[in-house]
Amino acid sequence: MQSDIPTDLQTVWVYLSASPLLHLTMTLAAYQAGMWIYKRGGMNPLLNPVLIAVVALVTILSVTGTSYDTFFEGAQFVHFLLGPATVALAVPLYRQFHRVRESAFAIAVSLITGSAFAAASAMGIAWALGAGQTTIISIGPKSVTAPVAMGIAESLGGLPSLTAVLVIATGILGAALGPLVLNLVGVKDWASRGFAMGTAAHGIGTARALQVNEIAGAFSGLAMGLNALATAILLPLAWSIFR
Amino acid sequence: MLNYLTLIFACQLAGEAFVATTGIPVPGPVMGMVLLFAGLAIRGSIPKDLDTVSGALLSNLSLLFVPAGTGIMVHLKLLAGDGIAVSVALIVSTVATIAVTGLLMQALTVRKRRGQSDAE
Repeated sequence: MQSDIPTDLQTVWVYLSASPLLHLTMTLAAYQAGMWIYKRGGMNPLLNPVLIAVVALVTILSVTGTSYDTFFEGAQFVHFLLGPATVALAVPLYRQFHRVRESAFAIAVSLITGSAFAAASAMGIAWALGAGQTTIISIGPKSVTAPVAMGIAESLGGLPSLTAVLVIATGILGAALGPLVLNLVGVKDWASRGFAMGTAAHGIGTARALQVNEIAGAFSGLAMGLNALATAILLPLAWSIFR
Repeated sequence: MLNYLTLIFACQLAGEAFVATTGIPVPGPVMGMVLLFAGLAIRGSIPKDLDTVSGALLSNLSLLFVPAGTGIMVHLKLLAGDGIAVSVALIVSTVATIAVTGLLMQALTVRKRRGQSDAE
């Protein structure tokens, strides 16, 4: 009868892994584990909760031989909320709007410079180090929020799913290193710190900014939205001229 | 509270529909954010329950990137070929963009604020 136990376990596993509930729960659990480590580490930006969750999930999925498609059937319910969360950014933005209006000129100049710099530097470095053309195109919109970046990459002939990964990696890097870099170069103004995080590191940078300061969060959300707009218009235009 | 969750979804839906019909290169959710913002500007204040719903969505914003981030497992082979180029490009470009944007924005706004306080 002992041999029934592994068989039973296997049956349970097969049953559970076919339902979206397992991978949805795994996504939430992995993120909360990441959040727990992040908070235990004094909210050190290097202990980014998204990074911890992604590493944990990739490890578990690889070990159990689960495909990404199977995982995504459960995780899509979390992924779906990205859209409504983007809409919800209107609330902190409205609350800080008097500050936004005061610095409209600074926002316009910083946005266009930051947006162009983000795309040009990433593509330039990738090209100089011998990356393939698909990779170079896919890395162009790396600082733009994922759904928009994927659309831009597709229209230029890149790989949208690769772009999604590069976008998330950029967000994690920005959220992890951004606060240290801003301290290093002496940017103390909360609005400027947030705006830089949102321009370079979209929603993950904004999530970090919101955790630290409401003004920084509002400007980060604003920068994320504006940079999506600016890159969606400027990058295809620039690419058609320079390629 | 459910009414404001519905409102947020409706804004996104209207945004998606607007983008699909006009073909402008803006993502639907960003257009939805613009619509909700316009609504708040017309109303002149933030309803308490909307504040609660948006707060709940935004306080866990980084969780929402975990599913897409896990997609790296599909591209590990492709990334292995261009691994060094991609890593250097991502790190240098992201760090430099944050520094450039932050410094520029601070230089432009702090000077203006100082000018204002001088005038007062």
